[in-house]
Amino acid sequence: MKKASNLKFRNESALGWLLLLPSFIILGIFVFYPMLKTFFLSTQLTDLMGNPIKFIGFKNFSNLFTSDSFMTSFTITLIFVFFSTLLTLVMAYLMAMSASQKIMGIAVFRTMFSSTMGVSVTVASILWLFMFNPQIGMFSKILTFLHLPQINFLSDPTWSLVAIIGTTVWMNLGFAFLILLGAIQAIPQDLYQVADLDGASWLMRLRKITIPATSPTIFFVTVVTLINAFQTFGQVDILTSGGPDYHTNLLVYAIYQDAFVNHSVGRASAQSVILTIIIMLFTMIQFYVKNRKGANYANE
Amino acid sequence: MLYDGDYRSYNAFFNLYVIVMTSLHQIVTIILLTTIIIMTSMAFERVQLYMTIELRHLKKKYDNGEEVLTDINATIENGQFYILVGASGSGKSTILNAIAGFIPINDGTVVINEKDVTQLPPKDRNLSMVFQNYALMPNLTVAENIVFGLAARHTAKDIQQQKLNDVLNLVHLEEYKNKKPGNLSGGQRQRVSLARALVSDAQIILMDEPLSNLDAKLRAEMRKEIRALQQQLGITVIYVTHDQTEAMTMGDQVMVLNKGKIEQIGSPLELYNAPANTFVADFFGSPSINLLDVKMRHNSFHLNDQFEMLTNVDIDEGQYILGVRPENIVISENGALRGELTHIEPLGDGTNIEVNIGQNQSVRIKVSEQLDLTLGDVVSFNVLIDRALLFTPSGQLLHTGKSVSAVI
Repeated sequence: MKKASNLKFRNESALGWLLLLPSFIILGIFVFYPMLKTFFLSTQLTDLMGNPIKFIGFKNFSNLFTSDSFMTSFTITLIFVFFSTLLTLVMAYLMAMSASQKIMGIAVFRTMFSSTMGVSVTVASILWLFMFNPQIGMFSKILTFLHLPQINFLSDPTWSLVAIIGTTVWMNLGFAFLILLGAIQAIPQDLYQVADLDGASWLMRLRKITIPATSPTIFFVTVVTLINAFQTFGQVDILTSGGPDYHTNLLVYAIYQDAFVNHSVGRASAQSVILTIIIMLFTMIQFYVKNRKGANYANE
Repeated sequence: MLYDGDYRSYNAFFNLYVIVMTSLHQIVTIILLTTIIIMTSMAFERVQLYMTIELRHLKKKYDNGEEVLTDINATIENGQFYILVGASGSGKSTILNAIAGFIPINDGTVVINEKDVTQLPPKDRNLSMVFQNYALMPNLTVAENIVFGLAARHTAKDIQQQKLNDVLNLVHLEEYKNKKPGNLSGGQRQRVSLARALVSDAQIILMDEPLSNLDAKLRAEMRKEIRALQQQLGITVIYVTHDQTEAMTMGDQVMVLNKGKIEQIGSPLELYNAPANTFVADFFGSPSINLLDVKMRHNSFHLNDQFEMLTNVDIDEGQYILGVRPENIVISENGALRGELTHIEPLGDGTNIEVNIGQNQSVRIKVSEQLDLTLGDVVSFNVLIDRALLFTPSGQLLHTGKSVSAVI
């Protein structure tokens, strides 16, 4: 009896590994190998072709932290991440709250609000490129109409970052809206009925019912939007190419520039490792909080 | 004049005077007292709640044309435990929501305390509510949940605290004050919900199947507790349930609903003893009433062309429905009816059985002793015909209990 079950177990585990094999191969080629190679390259001095020449330890990293251009792009990235996440969250939450009302025709707005999810980064960026255009763009037309001085959004050092943030927020809105709408709609209606009977104010409902009930989702959306923001590339490439004068040179774009324009692969790898660590940190926080919350909500 | 004449006449006059004055004084006192009593009682009445709820011609249709409420009329008196009972989809919760003001109604008026509140928002109706799923905010403590309404109405903090302590005492939850609802059992959560409804000082509490998420034992306990609290505080409760036991045991008045229509309104025993129709008869009682198709011929009911039950009830010959409660059947050696035992439920303190009397008709019988029977045994029994109900073929009540008396 025992032998038979052992045999069965061995067979089953062999089958399991067999079924896992394709994913392992794919992940290995496209994820694990590049990742390890990046870690390796970040410790190397590389030639123009990206070949490692010599082990230099953490030299690439220490160089980065003393380099002005990296520190600039790092600071800009933090500013960008902060504002784009905050704006996305606040706007998506307000949109989700208004779209969760039971009004005739609200479904149209729900579709409209979530529609940006289906637009690819490139298409969205080109769309906004036209809107920001100083001659034919919508924004310049509006400024003219309001008799305000023209702003060249994409070549002004301050406004270019604003433009990138605006574009990113617009693109992230759909996803954040959809997830938050789901969370808001999942709140039991009777909680609001209690508030109705007692005549609780709008603010009290928001503070005591809506936000607490959606806080796990808010947190999830924050982290995902944050991670997305750190990885922003397409908008920068199409709208400003990191300009003017590196004012929109976000971290991923800087990595791309270093690796494929400046041909300093070691430096680019070191930046990638830093970015990886940052994102990993946020992911870990998210997992930690999720598990803790999970324990809390299990009783519910 | 007064001193003219003899002493006697003076004395008599004085006596008369005294009598008149005393009676006058008495009359004045009585008048004064009654005015005071009437005035105070009027004042009392004005402050203290002459809280009737009237539903006048309530109608509700869904957008797809489906009628959920068709012409609901009812008056709920102050201090009544009023139960709305019916199967799911009968419209009982819709009525409750209409009273609370959560849903708009298509037609009719809701009058609370002689004031038309049909167009008022829920917060101006002076009601509170206990929900099926407790509706407690998981992020707030028991105390915070209970004072939620007081806080929303900006009651002073010290009054909040005092009321909180009073009500916690009332529902025996003092030591759970600082716990989150997630750490409480179902019964405790429902008590918190009850406390929240009580603390608001609303004289009308709506309850939407508050006990349906509790297990049977706890439910029985909470039934008693809710009823006792209602009596103690003299509040009006409108209670929605699908459970006939809750309706029977708790209600002063019960409204039986079916597909958006009122089948009957009455006290629990009225509904049990004189149900307006077969629906109501079938709704109350466990096991449910036997509704037997009988023919009236020559002063006796004929069942299945096989059994005959003599009666002196004065009705035309023809087809009727005889309603016999399972407890109004006695098993006896030489019963007028007999059939094969198809189902037996020993309850310990009694037995429920089902007997097939042929032609796909079953009779449910409830006896208060333990029976030693096996499936397939032939059971013979008598129907206590003077306790039976008689319905027309369309199910309307014709005669109740005693009037359908037996000859034998």
